[in-house]
Amino acid sequence: MLTLLLLAVPFVFGLIVHLLNERNARFAALFSTIISLGITSYLFATFDRESGMQFELNKVWVKDLGINFHLAMDGTSLILIALTSLISLLVVISTEQSKFSNPALFYTFVLLMQSALTGVFTSQDAFLFYVFWELALIPIYFICFLFGEEGRFRITLKFFAYTLAGSLLMLVGIIYLRSINPEQNFEISSFTKIVLNSSEQKWLFWLFLAAFAVKIPIFPLHTWQPDTYVNAPFQGTVLLGSVMSKMGIYGLIRFILPIFPDALNEYSGMLMFLVIFGIIYGSLMAWVQQDIKRLLAYSSFAHMGIMAAGVLSNTNVGVSGAVFQMFAHGVYSFGLFYIVYLLEDFKGNRVIGNFGGLRNIAPKLATVFLIILLGSVGLPLTNGFIGEFMILSGVFTYSPNAALFAGLSVILGAVYMLQFYQKTMLGNVAPDSFNDIKGKSFVLLGIVSLIIILTGVFPAILTGLL
Amino acid sequence: MDQIVWLIPILPLLGFIVVAFLHRMLGNTLVSAVACGTILGSFLLSIYLFTSFDGNGQNITYFDWINIASLHVPFAFLIDGLSLVMLLVVTGIGFLIHLYSVGYMHDDERFPQFMSYLNLFVFFMLLLVMGNNYIVMFTGWEGVGLCSYLLIGFWFKNHSYNNAANKAFIMNRIGDLGFLLGIFLIWTTFDSVIYSEVFGSAESYSKGDKVITSITLLLFIGAMGKSAQIPLYTWLPDAMAGPTPVSALIHAATMVTAGVYMVVRSNILYTLSPDTLNLILGIGLATAFFAATIGLYQNDIKKVLAYSTVSQLGFMFIGLGVGAYTAGIFHLVTHAFFKALLFLGAGSVIHAMGGEQDIRKMGGLRSSIKITYLTFLIGTIAISGIPPFSGFFSKDEILMHLYSKSPLLWFIGIVSSALTAFYMFRLLFLTFWGDFRGTKHQADHLHESPYSMTVPLMILALLAFVGGALNIPEVMGGNTALHHFLQKVLESTELRFVSPHLTHTTEYVLMIIAVAIAAISSWFAYDTYVVKTKLPVGNEDDLKNLVRIIYHKYYIDELYEKGIVKPLNWISRQINKHVEPKIIDGTVEGSANIVLSFSGTIRQLQTGSIGFYLVAMVLSFVLLFALALII
Repeated sequence: MLTLLLLAVPFVFGLIVHLLNERNARFAALFSTIISLGITSYLFATFDRESGMQFELNKVWVKDLGINFHLAMDGTSLILIALTSLISLLVVISTEQSKFSNPALFYTFVLLMQSALTGVFTSQDAFLFYVFWELALIPIYFICFLFGEEGRFRITLKFFAYTLAGSLLMLVGIIYLRSINPEQNFEISSFTKIVLNSSEQKWLFWLFLAAFAVKIPIFPLHTWQPDTYVNAPFQGTVLLGSVMSKMGIYGLIRFILPIFPDALNEYSGMLMFLVIFGIIYGSLMAWVQQDIKRLLAYSSFAHMGIMAAGVLSNTNVGVSGAVFQMFAHGVYSFGLFYIVYLLEDFKGNRVIGNFGGLRNIAPKLATVFLIILLGSVGLPLTNGFIGEFMILSGVFTYSPNAALFAGLSVILGAVYMLQFYQKTMLGNVAPDSFNDIKGKSFVLLGIVSLIIILTGVFPAILTGLL
Repeated sequence: MDQIVWLIPILPLLGFIVVAFLHRMLGNTLVSAVACGTILGSFLLSIYLFTSFDGNGQNITYFDWINIASLHVPFAFLIDGLSLVMLLVVTGIGFLIHLYSVGYMHDDERFPQFMSYLNLFVFFMLLLVMGNNYIVMFTGWEGVGLCSYLLIGFWFKNHSYNNAANKAFIMNRIGDLGFLLGIFLIWTTFDSVIYSEVFGSAESYSKGDKVITSITLLLFIGAMGKSAQIPLYTWLPDAMAGPTPVSALIHAATMVTAGVYMVVRSNILYTLSPDTLNLILGIGLATAFFAATIGLYQNDIKKVLAYSTVSQLGFMFIGLGVGAYTAGIFHLVTHAFFKALLFLGAGSVIHAMGGEQDIRKMGGLRSSIKITYLTFLIGTIAISGIPPFSGFFSKDEILMHLYSKSPLLWFIGIVSSALTAFYMFRLLFLTFWGDFRGTKHQADHLHESPYSMTVPLMILALLAFVGGALNIPEVMGGNTALHHFLQKVLESTELRFVSPHLTHTTEYVLMIIAVAIAAISSWFAYDTYVVKTKLPVGNEDDLKNLVRIIYHKYYIDELYEKGIVKPLNWISRQINKHVEPKIIDGTVEGSANIVLSFSGTIRQLQTGSIGFYLVAMVLSFVLLFALALII
C-alpha cells in the first residue's frame, strides 16, 4: 500500500500543481517530495533484510492479457527509490522560480517524472514496467524541450528518437516473452522460469539490451547524452544523470541477468570491451572539454560505464557494487551539476577558462566542492570508493585485465577532476562579485557532502539491504 | 586497551574537526593548543601501548565496514611490534613538527587551516599503519595522498604549486591502481584481506609461486608511487612547493616511507617471491644512486633534501630487497629523525633568510643562527653515515646485508653513500660557512627562530645522534633491540633467510671502508667549498653536457610530458573535435537513417521533424512485432 502511495503522491500532486499559482505550486511540490521521502524513510526502517520482495501490491489490471498492476520492492528497488525520492526533493528545493517562464508547470513535470521513475523501480510486471519506462520519457522530454537552452529542438529530438527506438525493441521482447510464457502473464519472476533455447535467448537479449544500452549509455550509443545533458536545464540534467540513467543499469539487473544468462555469458566479453572502452573514452573526453557541464556529462558517461561493468561481471560483489554506486553516483552527480549551475549562474557561461580563484572569496564552496569531488574520484571514506571498489573487485574476478583497464578511470578521473577544480577554484585571480554559498545552496551541498561521507563510512546502511 | 587504541587515530581527527570548524571561535592560540595537544595525546597513548605491549599482536575490530557476499572488510586495527614502531614515529615526530609549525606558520593568514590539514594527515597516517587489513591500509594510503595534495598546494594562489599538487596526486594514483589490483588478487587468492588470515594461508605456498609474485609486484607498484621510487619519483622534488613543515612530516619522515612499511608488513608474501625482491633491490639501488647524483647539482636547499630523501628511500628498499626487513625499518626510523631535523633546519634557515631558498645566495649563517647550524650539522653527520650518529648504524646494516648478497652491488651502494656525504656537506658548507652572499637587507634581519621551532630541532638532533642505539649490532657489543622487537612480525620469514654470516673481521673492514669513504667525501666537499670557496655555476648554459643532463633530472619529467601527457591530450582533442561528432555520432545517426529510409513511402518525410521519427518508430515497431509473431 505504501508502495502505491509512493507512486500516487507525486502523480496526484503533479497533476494539481500546474493549476496553482507560483508560490503555492512550490509549496505543494515541496510538500509532495517531503512526503515521498518520509514514506521512503519509513520503508527503509521497516524493510525486512532477511526476505526478498516486500511492500507488495498486486491487482489484476487487464485480465485477458494477463497484465497485473504488481508493485513490490527488494533491496535494489528500495535503494533506487531512496535515490529517486532524495533527488526529487533536492531538485524541487534547488529550483529558482524566477528562472522559468512557468514554474508551476515545471514542478508538474518533475513530480510526474518522480512518479514514473518510482513505477519503473517497483514494477514486477514487465508490461507495467514498460509503461512506466515510456512514461518517464514524457516529462523529461518536456523539461528539456520547454525549459532547455537554445538548440534544444534538434537535440531533444535526437534524445527522444534514440531512447524510443531502444525501448520499442524491448517492448517487442516483452511481448514475445509473454506469448511463450506458460503462465500466461507478464510477471518478471515468471519470465525467469521460461525455458529459452539459445537462439531465442540471443535475439531477445539484444532487444532488451538495446533499451538499456541507450539509457545507460553504452559506447557507441552515447552521443545523445552529452548534448542532452548540456542543453537541459540543471534540474533536467540531474533528473537524467542522477536518476534516469540508472534505469538502464536497473534493467540489466532485473531482466538481462536472470532471464538471459546464457546469452550474457556469450556476449559479456564483447560488451565488457565496449563498456570499458567507453570508460576510458569518456574520461579522455572529459579531460579536454572546455564547457564544464559537458565535462561532467562525459564524466557521468564514464562512471555509468563502471556500473555497467560491475553488472556485466555477473558476480555478487560486482552487481551489489553497481547498485551501491548507482546511489552514490546519483548523489555526488547532483552536487557536481549543482556547482556547475552556480558557476554558470554567476558567470553567464560555462567556459572553463573564464573561471579561477574562487577559493579566495568562496571558501565554503571550495570545501564542499572538494568533498563532492573526492566522492566522484572514489577516495576511501566517501561513498564513491565503496561502489568503485566493489565493482572493480567483481570485474577483477571476471577478468583481471578488464579490472586493470576499467581501473584506469581511477587515474583519469583524478586527472580531469583535479584540473576542473584547479581551473575554477584555485589561482590568484579572484572575481570580485561572487557570493559564497549560503542559505539554500549551502544546505543542498551540505546535505550532499554529508551523505557522501556517511554512506562512505557506513556503507552497510545501503549494502545491508542487498 | 581497546578504548586506548581507537583514541589514537580519533584524537587527531577530532583535532581536525574542531580546528576546521571552530577556529574563528578559538583564535590562533587555542588552535595551536588543540592541534598540538591532540597529537601529543596520541603520542602519549602510543607510549603507553608500547610499554604495556606483551609481544603478541592483537586485532581489535570495531565494525564491519564492507560486508557483501564474499567480500568481508572489518574496520579493525592490529597492534603489534611493527605498528607500534610506526605509531611512535608518526605521533612523536608528528608532534614535534606540529609544534614547529606553530612558530613557522604563525603569520600565515590561513594558519588554522594549515594545522587542521596536518591533523587530518596524522589521522590518515595512523589508519595506514594501524589497519589490520589491506583496505584500511589503502584508506590511510589514499587519505595521506589527499593531505599531501592539499598541503603541497596550500598556497593555492600560485598555479605552479597547484600543478605540483596535482602531479603528486596523479602519480600516486598510478601506483594506487597497482595497489588496488594487488588487493583484488589477494582477495581472490586468499578469500580475505585481513593480514593474519592472508599470511596464515600464504605459509602453505611454495617459494616463487606465480600468484604470490604477481601480488607482490602489484603491491610494490603502489610502494613505488608513494615512496617515490624510479620511475614514479618525479613528484617528490616538486612537492617541495608545500610549506617546509609539510616537507619534513609528509615528504620525508612519514608518508613517503609508507611503501617501506607496506612491504615489511607483507614480508611473508615478499619472502615467497625472490623475483620481486630482486626487482625491489634493483629499483632501490638505481634510485639510491641516481637520486644522489641529481642531489649533487641542486642549488635549492629543499630540493637537495628532496633528492636526498628519494635516495635514502632507495636505501631502505635495498634493505628490503635483500630481505633485511629490520634494517629497512631501522633506516626508516633513523631517517625520520635526521631528515625531519634537516628539513626543519632548512625551514629555520629559510625563515631567517626571509624566504630565500637558493644556497648560492646564503653562506656564513653559522654565526647568526647557531642553534640551527649545530642541529643541522648533527643531521648532516648522521645522514652521511659517520659513527656514532644514527645514520651510520642503519645504513651500515643495510650495506652489510647487501655485501653478503653481492660485493659488486655493495660497491654501488657505497658509492651512493659517498655521494650522499658529499652533497650534504656541500649543502652545509655553502649555507653556513664562508661569507654571506645575500642582500644587505637580509643580513640585517638574520635571526634565530623562536623556541617553538628550535626546541623541536634540538630534540630531533638528540634523536639523530643517539637513534642508532635502537639496533646496535652484536659485533659492536649491542643487543639488536629493534630486531628483537620486530621478531614476531618477521619470525616466519626469518627461517627462510640465511642471515648474513660475515666474519667479524669482514664486518669491521666493511665498516671502516664505509666510514673512510664518508670522511673522504666530506673532506672533498670541505676542500671544494670552504678552502677553494667554489660556488655552483650560476648560469646553466655553462654546464657541461653530462652535468646538464643530471641537473635536469635526466629529463625524466620532459619524457613523461612529451612522451605520454601531451600525445594523449592531443589524441583526445582530435577525437573530441573529429571522431566523436563526425564518425561516431554520424555513423549511429546514419545507420538509423538507412534503416528508416527502407520504408520508401515515407522518404519525403525525412526532414528531421518529430512526426517523421514517430511514424518511422511506429512502423518499425509494427514490423518487428509482426516478425516476432511469425517466429
